[in-house]
Amino acid sequence: MAVAVDVSRFENVSMAPPDPILGVSEAFKADTDATKLNLGVGAYRTEDLQPYVLKVVNKAEQLMLERGENKEYLPIEGLAAFNKATAELLLGADNPVIKNGQIATVQGLSGTGSLRLGAAFIARYFPGVKVLISSPTWGNHKNILSDAGVPWSEYRYFDPQTVGLDFKGMIEDIKAAPNGSVILLHGCAHNPTGIDPTPEQWEAIADVLEEKGHMPFFDVAYQGFASGSLDDDASSVRKFASRGFEMFVAQSYSKNLGLYAERIGAINVILPTADLAARVKSQLKRLARPMYSNPPVHGARIVANVVGDSVLFDEWRAEMQMMAGRIKGVRQKLYEALLSKDKSGKDWSFILKQIGMFSFTGLTKSQSDNMTDKWHVYMTKDGRISLAGLNLAKCDYLADAIIDSYYNVK
Amino acid sequence: MASGLVRNGAKRFMSTAAAPASSVPAGARSGWWEAVQPAARDPILGVTEAFLADSDPKKVNVGVGAYRNDEGKPVVLECVRKAEQIIAGKQNMEYLPMGGLVKFNDLSVKLAYGDTAPVLEEKRVAAVQTLSGTGACRLFADFQKRFKPDSRIYIPVPTWANHHNIWRDARVEAHTFRYYKPSTRGLDFEGLMEDLKKAPEGSFVLLHACAHNPTGVDPTADQWKEMSQLFKSNGLFPFFDMAYQGFASGDTVRDAQAIRIFMEDGHQLACAQSFAKNMGLYGQRVGCLSVVCDNSQQAVNVKSQLQQIARPMYSNPPLHGAQIVTTVLSDPELKEQWYKEVKVMADRIIGMREALKSNLEKLGSSLPWKHITEQIGMFCYSGLTEDQVDRLTKEFHIYMTRNGRISMAGVTTGNVEYLANAIHEVTK
Repeated sequence: MAVAVDVSRFENVSMAPPDPILGVSEAFKADTDATKLNLGVGAYRTEDLQPYVLKVVNKAEQLMLERGENKEYLPIEGLAAFNKATAELLLGADNPVIKNGQIATVQGLSGTGSLRLGAAFIARYFPGVKVLISSPTWGNHKNILSDAGVPWSEYRYFDPQTVGLDFKGMIEDIKAAPNGSVILLHGCAHNPTGIDPTPEQWEAIADVLEEKGHMPFFDVAYQGFASGSLDDDASSVRKFASRGFEMFVAQSYSKNLGLYAERIGAINVILPTADLAARVKSQLKRLARPMYSNPPVHGARIVANVVGDSVLFDEWRAEMQMMAGRIKGVRQKLYEALLSKDKSGKDWSFILKQIGMFSFTGLTKSQSDNMTDKWHVYMTKDGRISLAGLNLAKCDYLADAIIDSYYNVK
Repeated sequence: MASGLVRNGAKRFMSTAAAPASSVPAGARSGWWEAVQPAARDPILGVTEAFLADSDPKKVNVGVGAYRNDEGKPVVLECVRKAEQIIAGKQNMEYLPMGGLVKFNDLSVKLAYGDTAPVLEEKRVAAVQTLSGTGACRLFADFQKRFKPDSRIYIPVPTWANHHNIWRDARVEAHTFRYYKPSTRGLDFEGLMEDLKKAPEGSFVLLHACAHNPTGVDPTADQWKEMSQLFKSNGLFPFFDMAYQGFASGDTVRDAQAIRIFMEDGHQLACAQSFAKNMGLYGQRVGCLSVVCDNSQQAVNVKSQLQQIARPMYSNPPLHGAQIVTTVLSDPELKEQWYKEVKVMADRIIGMREALKSNLEKLGSSLPWKHITEQIGMFCYSGLTEDQVDRLTKEFHIYMTRNGRISMAGVTTGNVEYLANAIHEVTK
């Protein structure tokens, strides 16, 4: 006997706004103009502006297929071989922290999921402690912290005058925070600005954290992708570890191994003792279990296979260098195009100084809107362009668009 | 540790005299972690950990609910292997949308609600790909908290232990309703109806669509119909956790009958689906959360809000498992093959139930064991006490969860006699 349909409990649910980053790709897809350029989401593209699956990934997947491995649940903390490999990649295999078992590593759902586990841990075990995030930072950082119930505030980072680091402001704001806060730092290739502290600045930042009893929380989403060298890109994290900091480090293999879709990363916590590491790891598991029970196996196996085979590992390094090299190449070409078209003497060299996938152009929201509306160049409204989506052939066009937006739109 | 710890919220330094390993520089701070105790082992996943650590050759794992063939080995379905060959060498590793693979979602909800279900044709279902069943439940729990913050969740007693963790971490007020009756080892239907009648209007109720975990006790069709009427008259929201569709009876349509009954009565329900067991994709973490809405616009709204919750948790779900499911369900031959393979798994378990019961009866056990074959799905709620379970582990190296739940998927022709013997020993 059918009964009349009830009004849904969720009738008052309104439409959520489009995600500022992922929504850009959706808008790009809907655009039919032939000149359109997607400089929105940070996913690597080849010179032909095609997505790129690394050859080592295809090889690893082929190996996995041939071996016909089973699909059993991973433990809550993830694939052991992956966890070992990822901690060693981060710190170096002979790092005392690793040798002494002073690190808790739990496989996470790429960078996002790893950050979320860290944030959830902070909410549960350091209640009331605030996390400071850079201004600007990746848009999802504040959502992660908010949904985890962690209070957050910002420290100055980007200086629009120099289109560089506001180091003085950064240090001031970190000093002004209550002792024992958590400071979210980008290990390399800051997103969205591309501006990283120099080694000397990193030391000074470490000094302040030490003085204030702050805990660093590193977001490492671009190791190997920024400079092309895994070790160089980990130098900030390694420096802090060697200075004895207890800290969180979130890792992602989305960009450096091109494994965007398979959601593979890790949350690491570096601690004074192995006993503490075991305790913290057990509590991270308790946070993961009611979120997704145990992490997906596919991406973890790929990473473990690539890192575990010296031939594949070397090939991976070469592919990373290729990707990083292509981005450096388009930075150079874009810079030259801007220099040749803009005779005002404006200093565009920040394009070369910034590092990694992104460039913070300094364009305002209305200028960014002009980029999209007039030039069909898709980017996020904070002025960030993803150089991974740019090729040499489009540098001239992009330079025209930037110059027009910068000078003709207020 | 040294008493130099200052807990005034300002400084968090411990005396450096307490600094441990010599490789840690003297400047190391501590004092952050003293509240961190070692967590207890997960009651379910911890069983497998303990099993793996046991070196006894006779050991038997009837703990976690993962299917094993008659050799006690994990199984990857043939249809899945074929699907993987088809998608091999894929040149797509791009982020999925936050709501996951669209084609996967479409196929999932067709499986749950029926290919031609009116709600699907009217586009009234908001569906997102999730991290298996756990992820679907968590996404819904967070959604419930966000949009109905004062509402309660009613959870059956007993249930899968992680249900409580999920709604607790989502900060939803949880209540329970009677479900299992120990004296009959069956459903306490009177208790269930009594308890749910007391639930305030607007409450959400967690229901296992089929093959209740851990008891294996399911309501009959008539009982589902009565429950559906009660939910209507009292304004209760049905949330179905369907982790065993196809796996319980061997028939995917039959296993979804509870959902179909509620849908016929016009309920706006929600459903968490898992492909962990029925497609053997445990480690791939593939699932789907669907919410039935008033109309297509509302479905779009609800989906967008579910995505808002997913974004700060994991951004977007993993691709591989969803591609496998999509390949299998959209290829008529592979789908047929899947139906057959699911039936084989369900039938083997039904056979093991019969074998365990008859072995116990042969041993002359005086206790009733008919519940072994009356219960359905992967699990048998044996009725064993915690002490008896501990004895099974210590004396016989048989591993199960302490609530006496036996994963029948772990029983084989090779170990059923040993298992029956051991159970008889600890219960006689």
